[in-house]
Amino acid sequence: MLGEGILKGMAETARNFFGSYVSKERLTTVQYPEEREKLTETARVFPFLVYDEGMKNGEQAEWLAGLRCTSCQICEKECPPKCIFIEKSKDKKLDAFGKAQFYPVRFDIDVAVCMSCQICVEVCPFDSIKMDNQFELSTDDRFGGLLIPVEGLARSNSYYNTIHPTEAAAVDKHRQETKAMLAAKAKAAADAAAAKAAAKPGEGA
Amino acid sequence: MFATLDQIFIILRNLVLGYLPEVVRPYVSVVLSVVCIVAVFPGLFALTTVFERKGIARIQNRLGPNRVGPFGLLQPIADGIKSLTKEDIVPTTANGAIHFLAPLVLVVAVFMGFAVLPMGRNMVLVDMDCALLFYFAMGASSELAVFMAGWSSRNKYSLLGAMRAVAQMISYEVILLLSGLAVVMISGSLSLTKIVEAQNVYTGWFPHWFIFTPWGLAGFVMYAIAATAETNRSPFDLPEGESELVAGYHTEYSGFKFALFFLGEYLAMFSISGLGATLFLGGWSAPFSFLSWVPSWIWFFSKLMLSIFVFIWMRGTLPRLRQDQLMNFAWKFVLPFTLYNLMVTALWRFMGDGWERWVACTALVIAGYVLLGRISMRREHFGPRSYRYAE
Repeated sequence: MLGEGILKGMAETARNFFGSYVSKERLTTVQYPEEREKLTETARVFPFLVYDEGMKNGEQAEWLAGLRCTSCQICEKECPPKCIFIEKSKDKKLDAFGKAQFYPVRFDIDVAVCMSCQICVEVCPFDSIKMDNQFELSTDDRFGGLLIPVEGLARSNSYYNTIHPTEAAAVDKHRQETKAMLAAKAKAAADAAAAKAAAKPGEGA
Repeated sequence: MFATLDQIFIILRNLVLGYLPEVVRPYVSVVLSVVCIVAVFPGLFALTTVFERKGIARIQNRLGPNRVGPFGLLQPIADGIKSLTKEDIVPTTANGAIHFLAPLVLVVAVFMGFAVLPMGRNMVLVDMDCALLFYFAMGASSELAVFMAGWSSRNKYSLLGAMRAVAQMISYEVILLLSGLAVVMISGSLSLTKIVEAQNVYTGWFPHWFIFTPWGLAGFVMYAIAATAETNRSPFDLPEGESELVAGYHTEYSGFKFALFFLGEYLAMFSISGLGATLFLGGWSAPFSFLSWVPSWIWFFSKLMLSIFVFIWMRGTLPRLRQDQLMNFAWKFVLPFTLYNLMVTALWRFMGDGWERWVACTALVIAGYVLLGRISMRREHFGPRSYRYAE
């Protein structure tokens, strides 16, 4: 009969209407500023720069001394919307592997331009730039506030471990292995040099 | 005590009038009543907007507005301030005078309808003999406002929306009138107070509301359909179908003028619900004889708010119709059925008071509904379309 479907539909919406007052499962809305859902481990919004804790370089702050970034500028060149600006330092500092590297004196990322594509993370050979899950980046200052400088971007490795535990553990493992490998290589080289030095006098004799 | 409460507004008005000289009394009396109408219904409008948003949210298992004030009840105040502070933009190519007048004409025309609605015992602004006719005349002039708005904006979406609106409103105006006519045939009067009095009769506990008769129920359903279309409410909200027409005839309106259109739409909804309650639901009369002590205006406003709830419920349920579906429905089903219902009403009128008329009219109404529904709303199958050159 004509109108049957309408009545069925009205019954369905009435069930929803009254059901939403009775059962809490129906209301899926999260009341955002007061309630927050836990972010998943894979949540990613905006890049940050990782620094290793406990590093020292003269008068420099801990974050700058431990900064993994060597200002190689690969990310700056690869960034599709060109939101990264890097200025390389004149001097060098020792990195976590004991190698002298440049470091960034300026490293700005424009929040308004960044599109969270993660390409900078993919291309970084130093595991320096990673994605943060911090999404409340709005500001009332649309010029200065949206351009985040290096001191605003630096986060410790332990912070990285808290937001992306699995990924960070893999990175740490890889870095340890590299460090061990480098150490072994250095030791082998030193041994070889020592052996050479030891063999030299004999040869001359 | 309850008799006083029933007539409280009349008593208060007479109290105020008692302090005034004899000459100005009729004028002040009218002004007072008008001020009450102009204050009460926009107040109801403000409440309805927030209840509508909350109701639809609940239908969709959401929470609805809950930030401004307790339970979001102060939301309409925030909305009002927002629309007052917004810039009023008039398109450079618009016809300024008509563009300015359209929202005013709409609101004024809609307010005029309230003048003849009996909102309680003795609570009617103008007790006209031809109140129903006056009401329909005023309802028809709101179409003019809609077309003024659409035409003067000089925007194709506005114009399309306005043309749709006029086509729709004229089609359904006929149905609205004809379904109201059944009531006039039985009560024998165009005066709304007389129509309410005709229904304010009880057999045992039960009232003689027209909705409890077969022709009245059919008439009420048709009236409700026509009223929904007439007030441009979902599912008949094609004039402002935002998916295809931006916002229809009020696309080029902003700020307070837009708020006036919004107000006009809701006021039309109130007044048409009020008329529906008056014609079919017994106006201000109580649903059971033992509840007659409750003030009459409470009954009128609860019936009105119940109708509003159904409007909101329908909006939360039904998707928008297509233009051809809308027109087909009006001319192929609703109008023939309303005409048929007039004949059933005539039969009811001349069959006397026995039980036979109940049986005969119920059977006729159901048979007519089923048959007309089968025949005129039949889906037509044209078969697969064949192309001569494209294939």
